[in-house]
Order: sequence, then structure tokens, then C-alpha cells
Amino acid sequence: MIELQTVVPFFADKAERLQEILDRYPPEGRRSALMPLLWEVQNAERHVSEARMHEIAEIIGITATEVKGVMSFYSTYHEHPVGTYHLQVCSTLSCALAGADEMVAYLEDELGIVNGERDREGRFSIQRVECLGSCGTAPVLQVNDTYYERVSRSRCVHLVEALRRGEMPTPWRERGGDTEGQEKARPFTVQQWSDAAAEGQGEPS
Amino acid sequence: MYRYMGVEGAHTLDFYRSHGGYDAARKALLEMTPAQVVDEVKASGLRGRGGAGFPTGVKWSFMPPVDARPRYLVCNADESEPGSFKDRYVLEDDPHQLIEGMLIAARAMSSTHGFIYIRGEYYLGYTRTVAAVQEARAAGLLGTDILGSGMSFDITVHRGAGAYICGEETALMNSLEGLRANPRLKPPFPAGAGMYGQPTTINNVTSLTSAVHIINKGAAWFASMGTDDSKGTKLYQISGPVKRTGVYEMPMGATFRELIYDFAGGPTMTPKAFIPGGSSTPMFPWRDEFLDMPMDYGTLAKNGSMLGTGGVIVIPQEKCIVDALYNLVRFYAHESCGKCTPCREGVAHWLPRLYQKLLAGLGTIDDVNLIQELANNIRGTAFCPLADACVMPVQASLKWFRDEYDYLAEHGVSRYPKSDWWQA
Repeated sequence: MIELQTVVPFFADKAERLQEILDRYPPEGRRSALMPLLWEVQNAERHVSEARMHEIAEIIGITATEVKGVMSFYSTYHEHPVGTYHLQVCSTLSCALAGADEMVAYLEDELGIVNGERDREGRFSIQRVECLGSCGTAPVLQVNDTYYERVSRSRCVHLVEALRRGEMPTPWRERGGDTEGQEKARPFTVQQWSDAAAEGQGEPS
Repeated sequence: MYRYMGVEGAHTLDFYRSHGGYDAARKALLEMTPAQVVDEVKASGLRGRGGAGFPTGVKWSFMPPVDARPRYLVCNADESEPGSFKDRYVLEDDPHQLIEGMLIAARAMSSTHGFIYIRGEYYLGYTRTVAAVQEARAAGLLGTDILGSGMSFDITVHRGAGAYICGEETALMNSLEGLRANPRLKPPFPAGAGMYGQPTTINNVTSLTSAVHIINKGAAWFASMGTDDSKGTKLYQISGPVKRTGVYEMPMGATFRELIYDFAGGPTMTPKAFIPGGSSTPMFPWRDEFLDMPMDYGTLAKNGSMLGTGGVIVIPQEKCIVDALYNLVRFYAHESCGKCTPCREGVAHWLPRLYQKLLAGLGTIDDVNLIQELANNIRGTAFCPLADACVMPVQASLKWFRDEYDYLAEHGVSRYPKSDWWQA
């Protein structure tokens, strides 16, 4: 409980932002602000601590237990800090057919941590997640909030190397289907990776 | 609907407007009465694109007469059915189309406020939709007295946090209200008492974007496409081992063969089955009679499956069907909300464990029978459709591929051992 008294409230210096979030919902729906407030804290601190739950509960006028009840219902809120790069691998059917299990095995081997863990330096953490809605461009690896689609073995190797250097490559966008324009469907080859990198589209060289 | 996917800059207001954007909203707001909009959508034969296929115009007409209460419109963009990814593309590449669709729906139902519930993982879609709403507000397309029509309507974009159950409309409302996303008992239906107890209508993303084109080109144009019970076009999605996976907009009633071979270029591995419309729809074996079925609501229902979200997944011969089903069962076990007994005990506990036992080589024929029995008993007994969504594919897999289950139970190893398909 000592912690709860000494921590500086998260929203102490963010009154404007707090008001903006509360104003999004009608007066009778003050509780609706719960999820956005949790996001706000987690985006800044990479997890939501007990102290923050108490703070949010007080803002909304519910108990901290209710806050925790809601938070634990969803899979993207974390009670413990995740790594600087939180690697989320979709493991549902379409991605599994495209090698998601192998990708997880590779990442676990390479980073020395297993599903649900964070490494000692706090750089990487791995989470197997369910369908990310990227079945057409499987397998997908979500790093923090960014989707990396059609992550082949070579792309995965490059991606991990880049993250180790502290770089988040700009994600390549592929739409597939009858998409027109730049993101027109094209079968993926490793050649394209280097072509795209040469064009300065952000892939690691 | 899918014209501008992947086109650079298509998510901006300038682009959308210069391509005829918001013409339909202008028409609906200035030239049509709410009743006319509802009638137009009713006449078009549009059915909900989220999975259940309920006629959209009829749903809109369920809203009670206007009184002093607020009236809410909610867009369900919590797309999390495995095999579906159409809504993500709309949110990322064409959010103004969705806003226009919501304006039309709001006109039809005299809604006072709208919510777009976007699943937490779609961060890019979320940021682009938020930006689009701000653009629209600045341009006077949202707010008070829109386009001089006297109508007031604004939209709040709400970010979910990763729970499949939020796709169920009453669970979605609970989630939006800041509660755990357990489904609610119906009745009362949302039109009577929904968000905060007020009249509410919930529509899928592509139901709303379809309305844009119905208003633009007329109900007759929309109804001229498709089959008797399914009108217009739909965004079909295809994934699994085919040449060109992705989203294809096709008239309803196109066949699976057309989608898989003509559009997606055919399978890249020998196929043995396909899932017709997202993971919760029962699968079909790879036979001509099923491949030539039109993809519409009625035909699939008659054949013991569902159109669902239109997300086709091709399953290759080399994939052990028990393993494939375990993957899906694990998904539903993870997403079960724990509210009712059949789902909490059956789907979240017994089914995945029985599959694990089989796959570990410790199962017997009795376990296969038990899976069958459990599935039969869970079906139709749960509080919400999630449990059915899990056991119907299980039943279908047992119906068509029982031999693979038996082989695994007898030999302790799968007939198709796992192989590495991760692309180099």
C-alpha cells in the first residue's frame, strides 16, 4: 500500500487529455472511458500497475477490483511490463498453415525466451496470440502496434536483426486480392525484399 | 466497395471527395426522408455482412419512434473471426466510406450518436479512422446541422483490446460501456434497450459501406446482382495455400470454384477441404459438388453450413485435420468468456484437453466418441453463439474426416505428421 501513496498519479499533469477522453462519451457513459484510459496508461508505461488501476477506478468512480476485472478479460492489457519490442505471433489456422509455429520456435530459440516471457534486458517479449485478421498475408508478426505481414523466414531474420539494432523497419504493405495500385498482389520473393530496400521503402538491408 | 483499397492516399478526405465521396450522404440527408432511406435499403435486399445475414433494412426499421431519448448507432469493427480480414482493409484504406455509410444509417434511424468499435490490434486502422472522423468533423460532415440538413450526428471511435466475443453485439455493448464483455440476454433487443439502456442498432462495417452504394446507384441496381435470397456484392476473403490470397469483391452467388481458381489462381498444394466462411462455419471436403456451390446465404444453410463472413480457408491434404481442428478449438477455448456452463466447461476445458490427448498419442477411440458426444451436447445449449461456432466445425470434421481421428487414436501418430511450411 505504501506504493499507492508515493506514486505520482499518471493523469496529474494530463488534465486536458483526460477531459478529452471523458468527453468522447455521453455523461451517463462515464464508465466507457475505462478502456481508453487503460490504453493511455499502457501506451506510456508498457503495462498497467495496481497503482494505476486504483487511479483509474477513482477517476471513473468504480472500484479497483472492477477495473482489474475488465482488464484481465482482454488479452492485450498487461499487468507486468512487456519488452521494448513485444512480439505477438498469430497462431490461428491460416497463419499456422503458413508456418506460425515454426516462427515461434525460431523466435524462442533466437531470443532465449518462451511464450509469455520477457528477456533479462527487457528488450524482447513473446506472446502467441489468436487471429490478428491478416489471414491473406500470413504469417503475421505484430511488434507492439505494428503489423509485419507475410513474414517469411528470411524476413523474420532481418526483422530480429533490425530490432536488435534498435530499429523498427517501416512495415511493407501487401494487400493481395484484386487490390490496385502500389499494394497490388504479387507473389513474394526474397528478391523483392532487397528491391524494396533499394527503393528506400524501409526494409532493413 | 473495394475500388480504392491499396491506392496511395485513399484514406484521406480529399481523395474520397474527389472520387464522388459523400454524394450518397448528401442525397440521403437532403433529398430523402428517413423512411425513404430505410425503404431503399429494404428494397435492395441487403443482408448483414457480419455473419448472421439478417436483412439490414428490416433491422433499421426495428428502432422505436423518435422521442427525447438518445438513439445510438454502433459499427461493429471488432473483426476477429479467423479467416476474415475485409474490415481491416476498409478501416485502413477507406475509412471515409464507412463514415458515409454511418451518416446514411444515422439518417435512416434518426440516430444521435455513433460509435465505431475497432478491435485493439487494428492500430493502423484505428489511427486512420480517428483521423478520418476528425477530417469529416472539420469539413462539417459530422457535428451539428450537417450539410445544412438540420441533422446532428457525431462519431466516437472506441478501441477494443483483443476479445473475439466482442463481435457478439450485446457483448460489444457491454465492452463499450466499460464492463467485461459478457453477452447479454435477448430480449430486450438492442433496438429497445441497448447502449446505456437506449435504442441502439449495431451493424457490420461492410453492411454500412454497402448502404453507400445502394443510395448512390439505387436499390434496383444493387438487387440486380446476386441470387434470390442474397443481393448485391460482398467482399470475399481467401487464405491458406492458394496462389493469390486476399480480398475479392464479387456478386453474391459466385461459386467457390470461381473464387478459388479464377480469382485466387488455384491451390498451391493438394487440397482436401475448405472452410466456407470463417472458422466457425462447418467445413466441406474438396469435391466438385461443394466447389460449385454458389456462395450465398441460402445455399450454404441448406448444405449444413453458413456463409458467415465469407472468409474461405483452404486446408491442404498434408495438414492433419485433427491438428487443424485443435487449432480452432484452442482459439475458441481462449476466447470463451466463461459466462455459461456448456461453453466454460465444454469448449474451454474438455474439448481442447481431449484434442491434446489425441495429438499426444494417448487417445483411444473412446476419446473420439467423447468428442463427438460433447459436440452434440454443447450445440444449441450455450448462452451465445460462440459455443456453436466452436462445435459445428468439430462436428463437420468428424462427419467428413472421421478416419483421420480414428487413425490417430489407433496408431498414436497422425497420418499426416507436421511439416514445415514456413516460406524461406
